[in-house]
Amino acid sequence: MSPELVIVGILTSGIRLATPYLYAAIGEAFGQRSGVLNLGVDGQMLLGAFAAFYVTFTTGNLWLGLLAAVIVGALMGLAMAFVTVNLQAVQGISGIGFYLFGLGMSELLFKMLVGTVKTVSGFQPIAIPVLSKIPYIGQVFFEQSIMVYGAFLLVPIAWFVLNKTTLGLKIRAVGENPEAADSLGVSVARVRYFTVTLGGILSGVAGASMSISLLNLFQENMTSGLGFIAVALVYFGAWKAWGVLAGALLFSLINASQLWMKVLEVPINSELASTLPYILTIIVLAMSASRVRSPSALTKPFDRGD
Amino acid sequence: MRSRLNSLFDALLPVLATLAALAVGAVMLIILRVSPVEAYGALWEGAFGSTNAIAETLVKSVPLLLVGLGICIAFRASVINIGAEGQMIIGGLLATQIGIVFTDLPGWLVIVMAIFAGFLGGAIWGGIPGALKAYFNVNEILSTVMMNAIAVQIMNFMLRGPMIDPVQLEKASKIPQTARLAEAFRLPRLAPTRLHLGFIIAIALAILVYILLWRTTLGYRIRAVGQNPHASRYGGIRVRRRIVTALLLSGALAGIAGAIQVYGVNYRMITDGSSTGFTGGAGFNGIVAALFGQLHPIGTIPASIFFGALLVGANKMQRAVQIPSALIGALNGLVVIFVVGSEIWRRKRQKVRLSAEDSEDENKSPPLEPDTSTDIPEEVIA
Repeated sequence: MSPELVIVGILTSGIRLATPYLYAAIGEAFGQRSGVLNLGVDGQMLLGAFAAFYVTFTTGNLWLGLLAAVIVGALMGLAMAFVTVNLQAVQGISGIGFYLFGLGMSELLFKMLVGTVKTVSGFQPIAIPVLSKIPYIGQVFFEQSIMVYGAFLLVPIAWFVLNKTTLGLKIRAVGENPEAADSLGVSVARVRYFTVTLGGILSGVAGASMSISLLNLFQENMTSGLGFIAVALVYFGAWKAWGVLAGALLFSLINASQLWMKVLEVPINSELASTLPYILTIIVLAMSASRVRSPSALTKPFDRGD
Repeated sequence: MRSRLNSLFDALLPVLATLAALAVGAVMLIILRVSPVEAYGALWEGAFGSTNAIAETLVKSVPLLLVGLGICIAFRASVINIGAEGQMIIGGLLATQIGIVFTDLPGWLVIVMAIFAGFLGGAIWGGIPGALKAYFNVNEILSTVMMNAIAVQIMNFMLRGPMIDPVQLEKASKIPQTARLAEAFRLPRLAPTRLHLGFIIAIALAILVYILLWRTTLGYRIRAVGQNPHASRYGGIRVRRRIVTALLLSGALAGIAGAIQVYGVNYRMITDGSSTGFTGGAGFNGIVAALFGQLHPIGTIPASIFFGALLVGANKMQRAVQIPSALIGALNGLVVIFVVGSEIWRRKRQKVRLSAEDSEDENKSPPLEPDTSTDIPEEVIA
């Protein structure tokens, strides 16, 4: 196989595989910028993935499937928001609870309602006119499914909302100094409810992107910890949308390279190679943690004292 | 009198949280058209219905207890260790290697060495995130998650490559597993059941961890760091070192859990590609048990047995009423959410209590002891 073809192949799958990381990590970034660490992303993804798969499987309608993932994600997000905002629970631990709940619940529902692994016909690639005809670049960027386009569009949108809108200002204020935000009349509780619910929705969509776009099936624990990586990507990307994009691409491109090395029978040990992105993330975190500051109120519950 | 009632209420909180979770489970069962009485009856039967069932429950509780003890130490130092899965794996791998290499040594010696190897493996896998947190300010939740993923891949690599059973090498199937441990290396059984010596070891370690945390200076410092790192620093406690120690010990206990899982239950290591294939999810369920036991080593003993019972009983429930055992996993998640969610009431009452005590001007908290070492106190951790 010619080297150009291999590179185009790696890039095409790399862009595709970045999809769930992007949805989940951008959603998590909103929560963290407002001071809430949601560690239950993986559980929300699994439930979203199952909901999307099951509804698509029974109705044959992909959009209904996606809607189901959005609803399930929103409900999980609302529950997380209630526990963090109203009950002021320790976020790292309640997140584990949500993870275990999503993990168990999605497996339970899958076994009760579906039973064995079945496939659905997921979102198909859409070639964008003209652009998809550009040699190489067209295939990599402009012949992907709608879920992939959505994930990449989300990055500039998130950047814009966080940095250029009043809403974004409120979110950042609540994450940096909730007392000050509160005294200026911003409702800390409402902002956090919004960001955590949005995070839940995007986690649900991230799960859907796996079950009805990338893999087109559901299996128990199919995310195998991807949601935890998404949380790490937010730190990796220093709480910025573009940083999250860079981290997501790092993981997905290494994943894609591994797939291709297997195809080409390159004698590289795939298990050891797949530890690379994790080791790299730890190194990046270690190098950046002293320079990059996390949102000051991250993981701190806010008590108005009333 | 009032304070005794208060502490009784505190101890009951997790129980109430669990009852609430089981009630949610009952509603789910009704929706799934299964009688909750029948399902929970089968669960009880499966967990405590016979000598064998009780033995299985206790066997299942061993890794939960060991992981939970580690969680007690870490959480007391305000360090969240969710890397027990990886720490168990590395501990299990090193321990297994001992049994494969030293085939000529006496059984008791190999077992002792293996448990130490488990301790060491877990300590390394917990110590790295500890050092990263203390000296590089890397969030330990993230680093332990990464370390879990790395451990799984190392396990898959070792069991498919260097540590694979020579018998499997010749077969086409190449099941990724190590050779079986010699009979002499297996932990002795305690009764004509599968209950093994690991249970006694775990109980003994629970008592040791209690002594460590409440009867030694090191334990005092670990808890002080968890309660107030700034005050601890001014009191002369080397906060960074204590953070490393806490995560290191936490990992070491999980590593022992891995070693005991191999030497007491499986007698070999085998992988299905995921971490839960080896740990059975003990790395996460151990957190549930520790929380349920109020982060107290002794309280974690009954808590582990309780969650061991739930997990074992879930299998029986699956066979009897065709409800997948995953239901119990979901309920465990709810227990965690309810326990940490209900903490708010404890905190509120504590606040009331403290202000009442202030006005009576009694029961001031003891001042932090000065460190006898001459080391310069560390600068503020950012």
